Amino acid sequence: MSSLHRIWAVTAKELKQLSRDRVTFGMVVMIPLIQLLLFGYAINTEVRNIPIAVVDLSGSAIARTITEQVRVTQVVDIRTYYHTPREAEAAIVAGTVRAALVFPENLAQRAAGGEPLAQWLVDGSDTIVGSALLALRNMPVHLEAGVPRGAYRAASPSFEVALFFNPERRSEVNVVPGLTAIILTMTMILFTSAALVRERERGNLELLITTPVHSLEIMIGKLVPYVFVGLIQITIILGLGMAIFQVPFNGTLGNLAAVTLAFIGASLTLGLLISTIAKTQMQAMQMTVFILMPSILLSGFMFPYDAMPRPAQYIAEVLPATHFMRLIRGVFLRGAEVSQLQGDMIWLLGFTVIMLAVATLRFRKTLD
Amino acid sequence: MTDAAIEARGLSRHFGDIIAVDRVDLQIPRGEIYGFLGPNGSGKTTMIRMLCGLLTPTAGEVRVLDLEIPRQAEALRRKIGYMTQKFSLYDDLTVAENMRFMARIYGLQRGAAKARIQDLLERYALTSMRDRFAGDMSGGQRQRLALAVATLHQPTLLFLDEPTSAVDPENRRDFWEKLFDLSDAGTTILVSTHYMDEAERCHQLAILEHGRLRNQGSPAQLMAQLESRVVEIGGSDLRRVKEHAMGLPLVQSAAQQGLHLRILMSPDASDPLSYLREGLDDDSLSLNMARPSLEDVFVAATQEQHSS
Repeated sequence: MSSLHRIWAVTAKELKQLSRDRVTFGMVVMIPLIQLLLFGYAINTEVRNIPIAVVDLSGSAIARTITEQVRVTQVVDIRTYYHTPREAEAAIVAGTVRAALVFPENLAQRAAGGEPLAQWLVDGSDTIVGSALLALRNMPVHLEAGVPRGAYRAASPSFEVALFFNPERRSEVNVVPGLTAIILTMTMILFTSAALVRERERGNLELLITTPVHSLEIMIGKLVPYVFVGLIQITIILGLGMAIFQVPFNGTLGNLAAVTLAFIGASLTLGLLISTIAKTQMQAMQMTVFILMPSILLSGFMFPYDAMPRPAQYIAEVLPATHFMRLIRGVFLRGAEVSQLQGDMIWLLGFTVIMLAVATLRFRKTLD
Repeated sequence: MTDAAIEARGLSRHFGDIIAVDRVDLQIPRGEIYGFLGPNGSGKTTMIRMLCGLLTPTAGEVRVLDLEIPRQAEALRRKIGYMTQKFSLYDDLTVAENMRFMARIYGLQRGAAKARIQDLLERYALTSMRDRFAGDMSGGQRQRLALAVATLHQPTLLFLDEPTSAVDPENRRDFWEKLFDLSDAGTTILVSTHYMDEAERCHQLAILEHGRLRNQGSPAQLMAQLESRVVEIGGSDLRRVKEHAMGLPLVQSAAQQGLHLRILMSPDASDPLSYLREGLDDDSLSLNMARPSLEDVFVAATQEQHSS
């Protein structure tokens, strides 16, 4: 009985402390609420709206008929039309489209001969996207209204499919580079989000702010070591990925280093901002998780970005991990140049500068 | 350049409804050891934080070393050393690492820093502990390290916030020897304390209570000027006598000190001894006038305010 009494004493004290820690209390409610709404909508394994390009070398009415039939499947979203397959391939490398549908010059002849009508050029690095497009290979195609293609000649597949970058359709190829984004998000934000809070908790900060050291100097000084931590981590992940999982490295080290440093910068400064908001290390940890969860689920790591509904995409655009996911996959798997992916790159650099500025402004050298 | 290291007029700081410091005027001369004496919560730490620019005053003007605070706080930071109430160096760095870190923060050149650290390690008897983690040291050792670091850049003004609250009396005495050395070398020192023996060592004192400045002057002056009379009572059953005495209107306070009861009488009592003899009505008690101590000054200063 007295034991129950003591357990209750501890429980009551714990509840009282929990209810006074506003941030923790808020997180208790907000984490399930927001995450459920977010992921309930976002997690959608049925892939739709994959951005594609169309290259029509035949210039025929048949091509337009087939294109229309592909469009109404809603699996793809036709973004652009190119004149040459070369342009389409460049767009795939740059990541603006995931696939291209190429109609050959002799389309009419092929239709008559019952051969595959056109070719899909597909970025196969994301196996979910790849599978969705492969499923289109045998879709029934009507060449004229109401007349199925089979009426002309026995069916070979409607399309040929060329899977680039990952012809064996191994998911590791896409997962390993993506994992760098998740692991860096986790460690970089976690390390720095606790950085200032720890000094405040231990009392170091009161001394530090009476010295001539400038807030920006404290901030940058704290970040520099973690840049190297991040570089070591990405080397381990990608090195092991290549050695154990045979993930192909199709890019250059220079591009890889550039996008990685941009992402490390964005994550570290975001962590620093958290550090100026959180009052305790516990709160800093919770805020980190709050960013980590959507980074895993919305960044395109687990589910294709293009298949997510609009609101989820808007949220994903705010997360540095989403931009890095595109950059690292482009640079590592498709051999893209940073210049081809400059939108995401500029976003990360801008994010870094803004976060650093906001964190520095928030961190005042007073105890007011 | 004025003679005062610190000048404050009408200095106040409110935290919501709480008034931590209430319209304090100060004039602290250069080169002196100046003490803030007051109980916990009297506003000592808030005062110090405002004087070194860490807190913005709600009202009032502050000039420290001819700089307007908090506007010119950044310029002041090179000239002051600050020892916080709580040990604020890094527990997970060694003595030497802590000192090197702070030397770099203050922008000391490599060679100069090395010589200065060597000198301080010797002066504060830390040489044998240079590779010890600060977190593993005793209270006294930590205070020496904190003082060594606070004086690293040879500041002209030193703020010490209850520097010896976690230190035994012997270490406290050693610590004060170091302060006198610094003072002789021309450093102005502002120290807060709630210990009478420590307050007695200061050149000048300000007695603070509830954020108000109650009294100001050198310890000797304060004791000499004390208008209250001090009576020492010897005898048996002093706890009962104390209760009885506290009921008398002209008794300001009564506190037992070993075998004696120390009574502080209001200045209105023209003949304290006969007043007490009459009031207590107990022939077995011995009553004697006593020399006022600093504690008496402190008690009188803080009591007056309560009765008025």
